Amino acid sequence: MNAFIGDWIDVGSIVEIPVRGARTIKTGNGEEIAIFRTSGEKVYALVNRCPHKHGPLSQGIVHGDAVACPLHNWRISLATGEALGEDKGCVPTIPVRVDAGRILISRMAMLATAAAA
Amino acid sequence: MLAPNSRERLVVIGNGMAGCRAVEEILARDPDRYSVTIFGAEPYVNYNRIMLSPVLAGEKSFDDIIINSAAWYADNGIDLVSGDPVIAIDRAERTVTAQSGRTVGYDRLLIATGSDPFIIPVPGKDLPGVISFRDMKDVDAMLAAAEGGGDAVVIGGGLLGLEAAHGLSLRGMNVTVLHLMSTLMERQLDEAAGWLLKTELESRGQTILTGADTAAIVGDGKVEGVLLKDGRTIPASLVVMAVGIKPSVALARAAGLAVGRGIQVDDHMVTSDPAVLAVGECVEHDGNVYGLVAPLWEMCRALADGLVEQPSGYRGSVTSTKLKVSGIDVFSAGDFSGGEGAEDIVLRDASRGVYKRVVVRDDRIVGAVLYGDTADGGWYFDLLKKSEDIGAIRDVLIFGQAFASGGGQADPKAAVAALSDDAEICGCNGVSKRKVVASIEGGACTLDAVRATCKASASCGSCTGIVEQLLALTLDDYDGERVAKTICKCSSFTHDDVRREIVAQDMKSIPEVMQRLSWSTPDGCSSCRPALNYYLLCAQPGVYVDDQQSRFVNERMHANIQKDGTYSVVPRMWGGLTNPRELRAIADVVEKYDAPMVKVTGGQRLDIFGIKKEDLPAVWADLNAAGMVSGHAYGKSLRTVKTCVGSEWCRFGTQDSTGLGVKVEQMSWGSWMPHKFKIAVSGCPRNCAEATIKDFGIVCVDSGYELHVGGNGGIKVRATDFLCKVATERQAMDHCAAFIQLYREEAWYLERTAPWIERVGIEHIRQRIVEDEVGREALTSRFLYSQSFSQDDPWAERAAGKDREQHAHLGEFRPLVLEAAE
Ligand code: SRM
Ligand SMILES: Cc1cc2nc3c(=O)[nH]c(=O)nc-3n(C[C@H](O)[C@H](O)[C@H](O)COP(=O)(O)OP(=O)(O)OC[C@H]3O[C@@H](n4cnc5c(N)ncnc54)[C@H](O)[C@@H]3O)c2cc1C
Ligand code: SF4
Ligand code: FES
Repeated sequence: MNAFIGDWIDVGSIVEIPVRGARTIKTGNGEEIAIFRTSGEKVYALVNRCPHKHGPLSQGIVHGDAVACPLHNWRISLATGEALGEDKGCVPTIPVRVDAGRILISRMAMLATAAAA
Repeated sequence: MLAPNSRERLVVIGNGMAGCRAVEEILARDPDRYSVTIFGAEPYVNYNRIMLSPVLAGEKSFDDIIINSAAWYADNGIDLVSGDPVIAIDRAERTVTAQSGRTVGYDRLLIATGSDPFIIPVPGKDLPGVISFRDMKDVDAMLAAAEGGGDAVVIGGGLLGLEAAHGLSLRGMNVTVLHLMSTLMERQLDEAAGWLLKTELESRGQTILTGADTAAIVGDGKVEGVLLKDGRTIPASLVVMAVGIKPSVALARAAGLAVGRGIQVDDHMVTSDPAVLAVGECVEHDGNVYGLVAPLWEMCRALADGLVEQPSGYRGSVTSTKLKVSGIDVFSAGDFSGGEGAEDIVLRDASRGVYKRVVVRDDRIVGAVLYGDTADGGWYFDLLKKSEDIGAIRDVLIFGQAFASGGGQADPKAAVAALSDDAEICGCNGVSKRKVVASIEGGACTLDAVRATCKASASCGSCTGIVEQLLALTLDDYDGERVAKTICKCSSFTHDDVRREIVAQDMKSIPEVMQRLSWSTPDGCSSCRPALNYYLLCAQPGVYVDDQQSRFVNERMHANIQKDGTYSVVPRMWGGLTNPRELRAIADVVEKYDAPMVKVTGGQRLDIFGIKKEDLPAVWADLNAAGMVSGHAYGKSLRTVKTCVGSEWCRFGTQDSTGLGVKVEQMSWGSWMPHKFKIAVSGCPRNCAEATIKDFGIVCVDSGYELHVGGNGGIKVRATDFLCKVATERQAMDHCAAFIQLYREEAWYLERTAPWIERVGIEHIRQRIVEDEVGREALTSRFLYSQSFSQDDPWAERAAGKDREQHAHLGEFRPLVLEAAE
């Protein structure tokens, strides 16, 4: 099922992610990428680690283009990875796009994530 | 004037909207410059493709939608070769060759081949009866199919699909729309507008299935139905595929032109070959391809400027969309996905079915979605394109141009003051401004008093803001109230208002509540979504479909998330009782899944820690096998029923507290509640089960059962209030069920029984549960009815594969390979 499309990696179909939800990709070094799907049918990818105390963002409640971390309810912008409101902190985002219902994520960014941490 | 035969030869491939418009633009600038030949694959003159929808719907005929008749070609000396597609371009020789063999030389070539419909590669896609919606031939095929009536399936709930569905349903077919996404027209609409649109189309008799993934088109020799991936088959004698388009680039690619997603052009519509231009949907400009006509007009202008006069250059387009379905007004433009720094201004008018959302960033409009009232679409779009500073009119922007440009009315209060006395304030109850003001002057100085006297703002509440402004205008010392906490920042309604309206208006989904109650955000927030989900669940047992994404992680995962992202698992131990089989199963799970800790909880059961989300279903399966079910240690629901040993063993025990605890737990487990709920049964007043700090406590005495409510051992310790004493176990259980139901129906989400009772007073509870016997019985039976839908062990469902994806990674990435988890 997995295909390389140049610098983009096909990680699955958009319907595999619940609307206002997320799914994760394991990167092999313990790090996970969370891929979010919003009610506006936008798709975002972030490292699955809250800037506060590393909560798994993929398990938070998604509303608008933000996710509320399941551990202490920080709100994180899906577009920038930055904490919203009073809180300060930022989690890396990964370029992602959707083509004909398939989710494609940037290979370079994935490699960088897999190498980091 | 150049003689026709000494003119440059311009050959156009594609007799569609862009090709012909480009020629028109060129002729307008210099009618004598080129001798023009246009090749068209379709056997027609140039017609308006976007009007195919009204033709299908029977609102227009083909003649009505012709843009340029045969006379236009003749008058302008254009040689039209229709019904004969070009099959090759020879750039070295500068010729094109058509299917008929005809070869024509060019000095300039313009490619305007448009797009091809995207056909999803499923089995059966080539069966007779499967068509796309792109040209007149498709419309003819649909009209022929519709003659016989019957069932049609439209795959794709975008602009095109919905227009096709509308047309077919007007032509008497029974139409089902299959849409992969959860929201119709998701590229143009947000969830709220999509819900309104879906509701309207359904009320017109169409069936709309969202989240519907086509597996195959089935039929023997011709279409008979569509098979979905979830196993359902939808019967159909006609299937229209309207899932998208892709630029038609085959010819250009074969000719060796630079092609990305479309034929690549510069700002003057020139391709990688200076003699060849391209325009329309077949091109890619600055990384973008377009699927609407407005950008084509701009491209054609730039093309003609570059070719004939001063090059002006095309800079890309911002687009807006409308749906051409009579009686449904939808408008959308720009980017409404929000994101950093974006602010939503939302206006909802439930009685008129209006939803308006304008997205603003740095005082500039970046997007807009309008449903029901699109009169201001053009105005917003204009402000958006010009990137105009709207800071000064921000507060009134959403009311539209007429309102916002009303000069000194930038103050909403001034705007309300300016309303005539006859202006209707409350649409639900038909209350005029005069009546509201009269009732305020007559002594109704608060919102509630206004509601009680003249009924304004007493129903849907969307006029509450205006009524408050009238209070402020009429009274000197009114400085707002609504001390009652609103449910969250997305709404001006209190929890009580929301609960009451859900029941009164029989609401059935979260988007419906948000629309009817004028939510100020498009899809709520992490505070209101779980609350609404609970209120709907409570009000509509067996009817409302739980929204998983509106639940906190623990309730979605049926386990408690820990600080390291693993989960803890607490199986139910009825009344605190256990046995070797259960203990063995727990011991086995601890070893098998390497759980770092297992602990006796404060709730008389065992908690297994450190389980990974992937392992949860297997752990549950093992526990289920030993007869254990979820303990809901994660839920806003019944947690534990603590018991003491009671009369079975204890020398002081007066009744079988253990047995009663087990029965109570079996009656009440699984129910969703505003907050967690704990019960305890003690066998005598020594109260070893700590029943008097529980939400519902039973203390057994010789003569029966003392019932206590509203205790809390948590952050703020509160001893229970005594409710009443009853004689039998049965009565104790009935009172317990009634109390739980009263709490479920009346408390605010995330309010435990202790603060709830402090708010409403124990007298209210006594009146409803003890004094009003008929009411109590009704509460009990409503509880038992709702329990008939909620006592399915969520672990067993998951262990059997339900929501499998919640526990699986979407995939795994190792530097060289990526493997899907499923
Ligand atoms: C496991 C347990 C502690 C233990 O090891 O004994 C526990 C663990 C947690 N409690 Fe508790 N409470 C546990 C018994 C209690 C008790 C004792 C009892 O039930 O008799 C109380 C006081 C009684 C009461 O609720 O009135 C208690 C009062 C709280 C409170 C304060 C509630 C309040 O109304 O003030 C919270 C916070 C909350 O719910 O917002 C809380 C929250 C929590 C949370 C859910 C904290 C969190 O959000 O992560 C802990 C989850 C641990 C986990 O992942 O499993 N826990 N918690 C107990 C599980 C009982 C069970 O079998 O289900
Ligand atoms: C049913 C329908 C409703 C629509 N509604 C709207 C709307 O409301 N608003 C909006 O903005 N847009 C709408 N559109 C989209 C709009 O019609 C297109 O954006 C527009 O027609 C594109 O113009 P074009 O010239 O690039 O392509 P086309 O209009 O498709 O013209 C291309 C022409 O080239 C011909 N051709 C292709 N290959 C060859 C070849 N090798 N040789 C000769 N001829 C060839 C094709 O047969 C076709 O006639 C709608 C489209 C459809 C189908
Ligand atoms: S008392 Fe505090 S730390 Fe202990 S389990 Fe309860 S919430 Fe967690
Ligand atoms: S870890 Fe995310 S808010 Fe604390």
